[in-house]
Amino acid sequence: MSTEHADLASISKLPTDAAFSRNIAWRRRIGAFWRGVLLLSLVIALLGLTLLLYKIVDSTFGYVALEYRRPPAELLDNRSLAEVSQAELVAILQNNVSAGRFRKLDREAPIAERSKDEVYTLLLEEVARQRVVRSWTLTDSIFRRAAIEQAMRDTYEDATLEFRSWLSWSFLNTPMSSRSDFAGVRTAILGSLWMIGLTILVAFPLGVGAAIYLEEYAGRNRLNRIIQTNINNLGGVPSIIYGMLGLSIFVRALNVVTSGRVAGLDNDNGRTILAAALTMALLVLPLIIINAQEAIRAVPSSLRQASLALGATQWQTIWHHVLPLAFPGILTGNILAMSRAIGETAPLIVVGASTYIVTDPDGPFARFTALPILIYNWTSQPQEEFRKIAAAAIMVLLLMLLSLNSVAIILRNRFRRSL
Amino acid sequence: MNTNSMPATSASALRARNMHIFYGNFRAVRDINLDIPRQKITALIGPSGCGKSTVLRSFNRMNDLVPGARVEGEVLFKGRNLYSPEVDVVEVRRAVGMVFQKPNPFPKSIYDNIAFGPQINGWKGSKAELDALVEQCLLRAALWNEVKDKLKQSALGLSGGQQQRLCIARALAIEPEIILMDEPCSALDPISTLKIEELMFDLRRHYTIVIVTHNMQQAARASDHTAFFMIDADRAGTLVEYSETNQLFTNPKHRRTEEYITGRFG
Repeated sequence: MSTEHADLASISKLPTDAAFSRNIAWRRRIGAFWRGVLLLSLVIALLGLTLLLYKIVDSTFGYVALEYRRPPAELLDNRSLAEVSQAELVAILQNNVSAGRFRKLDREAPIAERSKDEVYTLLLEEVARQRVVRSWTLTDSIFRRAAIEQAMRDTYEDATLEFRSWLSWSFLNTPMSSRSDFAGVRTAILGSLWMIGLTILVAFPLGVGAAIYLEEYAGRNRLNRIIQTNINNLGGVPSIIYGMLGLSIFVRALNVVTSGRVAGLDNDNGRTILAAALTMALLVLPLIIINAQEAIRAVPSSLRQASLALGATQWQTIWHHVLPLAFPGILTGNILAMSRAIGETAPLIVVGASTYIVTDPDGPFARFTALPILIYNWTSQPQEEFRKIAAAAIMVLLLMLLSLNSVAIILRNRFRRSL
Repeated sequence: MNTNSMPATSASALRARNMHIFYGNFRAVRDINLDIPRQKITALIGPSGCGKSTVLRSFNRMNDLVPGARVEGEVLFKGRNLYSPEVDVVEVRRAVGMVFQKPNPFPKSIYDNIAFGPQINGWKGSKAELDALVEQCLLRAALWNEVKDKLKQSALGLSGGQQQRLCIARALAIEPEIILMDEPCSALDPISTLKIEELMFDLRRHYTIVIVTHNMQQAARASDHTAFFMIDADRAGTLVEYSETNQLFTNPKHRRTEEYITGRFG
C-alpha cells in the first residue's frame, strides 16, 4: 500500500465551470452529428430497397396493346366468355386449327380434360394469335393515360388496350413458352422447390453435425484450427467456383449417382436436380456450420456443467440441453442458407440447369430449371415483354422466399416459446 | 504440512492423498491431504485464488472439463481412487453431486429439472414412482410447499433462492452420497442464504456435504469441520490448517489462519 497520496485537485487537468459547459456542448454536438450520419445510412438503405421494389412492381403491372389475327369476340360470336361453356370452346378450337395440330395439343394433355381457362388461353394462342405489340409500365399507365391513348390511335389502330397483371394465376401455373405472353413459371417453381428441399435435406444434417462435433468434441489442436479457418474462408468463396466444383464432381465424376443410373434409370445426363442440390448443399454448408456453431457456443456452459454434474454423458448433455437451446439459432442459420440457395444463379448455370424446359420435374433425377435461371434468361431477351415477365418472376421468387422463411421463423418461435 | 488434526479416518467419505492439481504447467494446488468426514459439513475457506474451488471440483472430476487440467495423487472414495483409469467419470458424478455458485436450473419445468437426473441415469420406475421421487426431493430441499402447485411451470420463474434450492433438490434426485457446494449462497440475499444453511443442517443426516465459502461467518455457523487454504510462495494453493470448525475459529494453530479469520488479510 502506498503511504503518500497526492492531492487530486492539485494535479487535476479537468476543465471547470464555463469551460466544462462548453466541453459538454461540444461533446453533445459530436454525438448529434454521428446520430445524423447513422440515420442517413438507414434512409439510403431504405431508399434503395424501395426503388428496387418499385422497379419490380412498375414492370409487373400496366397496359398492353394486343393485336389479334382474329379477334376473340368474333370467335365467340360476340358473347362474353362467361356465356360460353368449356365444350363449346373446345369445339371452336377444333374447328379453327388443323386436325394434326389438334391431335398434337391433345397428346400434350387431353384437351377435353383441360379447364375452361386453359382452353381459352389455347384459343388465344392458336386461333386468335394474340400478340402484345406494346406494353407500358404501371407509372405510365396511371399518370400518362392520355399519351397511351394517343399512341393507340396513331400507331396501334387495330390493337385493343388492356390492363394486364403479368403476375397472374396462369403465369404461375403454365410451363415455359418461347412467347412472352403465354410463358409461365410452373416448371421453374417446381424445379426451385425440389432443389431447395434436397439441398436442405443434405446440408442441414451435415452442417449441424459438423458444428456439434467442432464445438463439443474437437480438441483445440492445430488441425482443428486449420479446419475451422477453412470453413470460415469457404463461406466467402464465389458461388461460381462451387458451380465448377459441382460440374466436375457431381455432374461428371459421380455421374452414375446424379443421373439416376444407380437407381436403375436409363439416363446418362448428370445435369439433374440432384447434382444442383448437392452443389448448393456444398455452397451453403459453411453458412450452416458457422451459424450452428455460434448458436451452440451461446448455450451457457453453466447448463452443460449442471447436466454433467448429474451424471449425464456428454452426448446426453448435448441432446437434452445444448441442442434444444441452440435450435432456434440453428434454424436462423438455416433460413439464411435457404435464402442464399434459392437465389443463387451462377452455380446452376455451370452445373447445367436447362433454360428451356416445359415438363415438370418428377424427381431428383429430372432435368430442370429454376427461377433465377428463368429470370436471367428472360432479362437477356431483347423484347420488352420478356422484361415484364422477368419482373413478375422476380416477384414470384421473392414471395416464395418470404413464405419459406416465414415457415422457418414460425417454427423457430414455437421452439423458443416451448423453452 | 501434515501437522493438521484430522478427523477420525474410519468415518471418512472422501480422502485426498498427496493430491496436486495442475493447469497445464501451472501447479494450482500442492500436496493436499484431506479427509472429508461422513455425514458432516466440511467448509473449505481461504482467500481468492487459493485453490479451494479447484480442490472441491476435483472431488467429482469437474476439473476434467478444463482443458489442460491434471490431477496427481489420489482421491479415495469407498477405497477406490476416483482418478484411476477403470473408474468412469459418470459413475463418480452420480455418487458425488454438485451445486454451483450461480443457480443454474435447466430452462425446463420444475418437475423436469428434478426428473432429468434419474431419467438419464436409467430410471426403471413408473411415472407415479418418479412423481413420488420428485416430491421427496423437493420436500428434502424445503421447496415443496412453495412449488407444489406449479411443477409444470418453468424453473426460471423462481426466485434466486428458490432456484438454488431446486438445484439442490435436483442433485438429491440421483441419490448421491456426497454433495459439493461451490459458494452456493454468494448470489443470494441473506434470507435465502439462511434457508440454504438450515437446509444443509437437515441434509447432513443423510449426506456428506463439502462447501466452499467466502463468508467466514457462514463457515463458522454452518459447518462441522473447516479447512483453511492459502497460496504458497509458488502461488500454488496449500492446505494450511484443518480441524473442527469450533477449534479453528476459536483456537487456530497457525498464525496465518488467525490473521485470516480475524480479517487482517485476505
